[in-house]
Amino acid sequence: MQSTMVEALNQALALELERDERVVLLGQDIGPNGGVFRVTDQLQKRFGERRVFDTPLSESAIIGSSVGMAAYGLRPVAEIQFAGFLFLSMSQLVTQAARMRFRSAGAFGCPLVVRSPFGGGVRTPELHPDSLEGVFLQTPGIKVVLPSSPYDAKGLLASAIDDPDPVIFLEHMKLYRSFRQEVPEERYTLPLGQANVVREGSDASVIAYGAMVTVALEAAKQIEERSGKSVEVIDLRTIWPLDEATITASVEKTGRAVIVHEAPRAGGIGAELTAIINERCLYSLLKPVERVTGYDVPYPVPGHEDFYVPNVARVTDALERALAD
Amino acid sequence: MVTTYSQETAFQILDPEGKIVGPVPDLSNERLLAMFRWMWLARKLSDKIIALQRQGRATTFGSLVGQEASAIGLAAPLRPEDWLVTSYREIASHLVKGVPLATKIFSFRGCTHPSYPVETHCLPIQIVIGTQLLHAVGIAMAAKIKGDPIVAVGACGDGATSEGDFNEALNWAGVYKAPVVLVVQNNGWAISVPRHKQTAAPTIAARGAGFGVPSRLVDGNDVLAVYSAMSESVDRARAGDGPTLIELLTYRIGAHTTADDPTRYRDPAEIEVWKAKDPIARFKRYLVGRKLMDDKKESALVEEVEAEINAAVDEAEAMPLPSPEEMFNWAYAKPFPRLEEERAMLQHYLAK
Repeated sequence: MQSTMVEALNQALALELERDERVVLLGQDIGPNGGVFRVTDQLQKRFGERRVFDTPLSESAIIGSSVGMAAYGLRPVAEIQFAGFLFLSMSQLVTQAARMRFRSAGAFGCPLVVRSPFGGGVRTPELHPDSLEGVFLQTPGIKVVLPSSPYDAKGLLASAIDDPDPVIFLEHMKLYRSFRQEVPEERYTLPLGQANVVREGSDASVIAYGAMVTVALEAAKQIEERSGKSVEVIDLRTIWPLDEATITASVEKTGRAVIVHEAPRAGGIGAELTAIINERCLYSLLKPVERVTGYDVPYPVPGHEDFYVPNVARVTDALERALAD
Repeated sequence: MVTTYSQETAFQILDPEGKIVGPVPDLSNERLLAMFRWMWLARKLSDKIIALQRQGRATTFGSLVGQEASAIGLAAPLRPEDWLVTSYREIASHLVKGVPLATKIFSFRGCTHPSYPVETHCLPIQIVIGTQLLHAVGIAMAAKIKGDPIVAVGACGDGATSEGDFNEALNWAGVYKAPVVLVVQNNGWAISVPRHKQTAAPTIAARGAGFGVPSRLVDGNDVLAVYSAMSESVDRARAGDGPTLIELLTYRIGAHTTADDPTRYRDPAEIEVWKAKDPIARFKRYLVGRKLMDDKKESALVEEVEAEINAAVDEAEAMPLPSPEEMFNWAYAKPFPRLEEERAMLQHYLAK
C-alpha cells in the first residue's frame, strides 16, 4: 500500500491499539479532530474514548499523568501538538519519565511514547518547528527516534510503543505528506538504536536523520554527478541510543564525514558524533569532520527559516570541502 | 462578601484537649492502638534518622515531627491495592502502606536499592515539588481505564500548591472524575516562606472549588479527623464519585531538613503554640479516656518502638551496599553498547 508518513503513523497506532489493550492515546485535539495533522484520524471512533482521548490543554499534565499511567501498567502514547511546546513538559519528561526506572531501582518503568511534530520548511509560527533532540541527548533514561520515511515511521513507532523505556518520537512536519512509499499493511518493527545506510558509497559519509536525509541524498547525488565521488548516506533513525558501530564502520571506510542536522550546532548531535568519530576513527580520517546544522539562534520566524535550515547547497559545499585533497 | 476561614472551621473530632467534638469513626480498639503506635514510630524514626545524619550515617532528611497525625491518618484508610504517591515528607505514610522499616532507613543511607516492594504500590518519594500529584492522577486515570476499583492518593506540602502541576492535577482529576484523593499537608512553611506568601486564597482547600473538586479543610493534628476525612474521600473515589482535595492543617515543629536552620525565619513562640496542639498527646488523651492507654502502657510502647527502630537501623546498616556499577542497571530496561562501555570504564577504575 502506498502511504504518506501521516497514514503510516495512523496505521501503526491502530495496529498497536488493536494488539495491546494497555495502549492508550492522549493529547490535545487527538479525538474527533484526529490530531491537527490527522495522525490519529478515526482512532477514537474505532477504539472508543476510553482508549483514545482528548485532554485539557496542559503539556505538563499530559506527560505527568502519562508517567502515572505507565507506572500503573498502561502504555500511554501522548501527543504534544508541536515540539516547541515540549518545553512546557520538560520537568515531567526529564525529572520524572526519564528517571522512573532509575529512581525506583527497576521496580517501576515508564513505557511512555511522546509523539510530537517538529521541523522547518512548512512555515509554522514560532516554537512549532524547534528541534529539541539535542536537549534529550543530555537526558539519560530517554530514547529519541526521528523517522525519515513512511516505512521507517511505521516500524519505528511500533517498536517505540513496545519499548519498556520512555521514547520521544519526533515527526518532521515536512515529511508528513511530501511523498508516498510502499508500506506493508501488517505490523512490522524496526529496531531502535540501529541506523540505516540509505545510500552506499566509498569516498565520504553523510550522517543525517529526519528530513535532512532527503537533503543528504540529493547532495550525494549531485556530488556524484559533478565529481564522480561516491557518497554514503546514513540515516540515524534513533539519535539515542546512537548506532556507533554503523557510524564508525562507514567513516573508517570513507575517511571523510559530514554531519547534517536542523537543530542548533552547539553541543548537539553533531558535536557528539564528531567526538565519537575522533575517538574511534581518528587514524582513518583524511579531513576534519564537517557539520552542517541550524545556527545557534532561536529557531527563526517563517520568513527566515529557509536561511536557517540546512539545504542541498550547504551540504554539497561541506562535502566538497571534505572531499578536497 | 469574602469568606475567611480559620483553623476553627477545620473539621475536628478531637480538640487539643482530646475532647470529642465530632463524629468518632468506627474503629476497633486494636486499630486505634495501632494508629497510636504508628504515630510514635513516625516520631521516633524521624528523630533517629536526624541523629544518624548528625553522625554521618544518613543523608539529608526532612523531619516529620508534629505531623504524625497527618502522616498516619492519610495512609491508614488505604487498602493494599491502593496507591500512594508522596513527597519526601510522608515517609511514615509509606510504612503504614507496608514499606519495610529497614528499607526506608536504607534509602536514607543514600541508596535506592532495594526499592520499596512493588506490592506496596508506593512510588519512590518525590523530590521535585508537586510533580507527584500528576502521577497520582495518572494512576487513578489508568485504574479507571482498566476498570480496577483502586484509589490513588497524592500528597504534597503547602509550597507545592503554588506549582503549575498542583493546579493541573486538580484540573485533570476534576475533568476525568479520577479516583484520586489529593492531600496537602499544610505545615505552615515552604522552607522559609510562610503559607500566606504561597497563596492569597483564604485556605488551600478553598481552591478545589475553582476546579470543581470537592474539598475538605481538616485539623491535621487530629488523627481521627484525618482518618475520617480520608476514609470518606477514599470511599467516594472508589464508588466512582471522583476526586477530593483535602487540606490538613498541621505544623512542622522541626527544621525543613537537616540542611535548614529555621531560627533564621521563624519566631520560636509560634512553635510553642503548636506544641500545645501536639497530635500524639491529643490522641493519647482520647485513648486514656477510653481506658486504652495510660502512662505506663505508653512508656512500654515507646520503648518497644525504639527497639524496633534500632533493630531496623542495624538491619539497614548490615545490608550490603549496591555495587558502584549498578547505576548502569536502571537507566534503561536493557543496557546498550555505550552504557556497557561506560560500565567497563568504571570497572577499570575500580580495579586500579
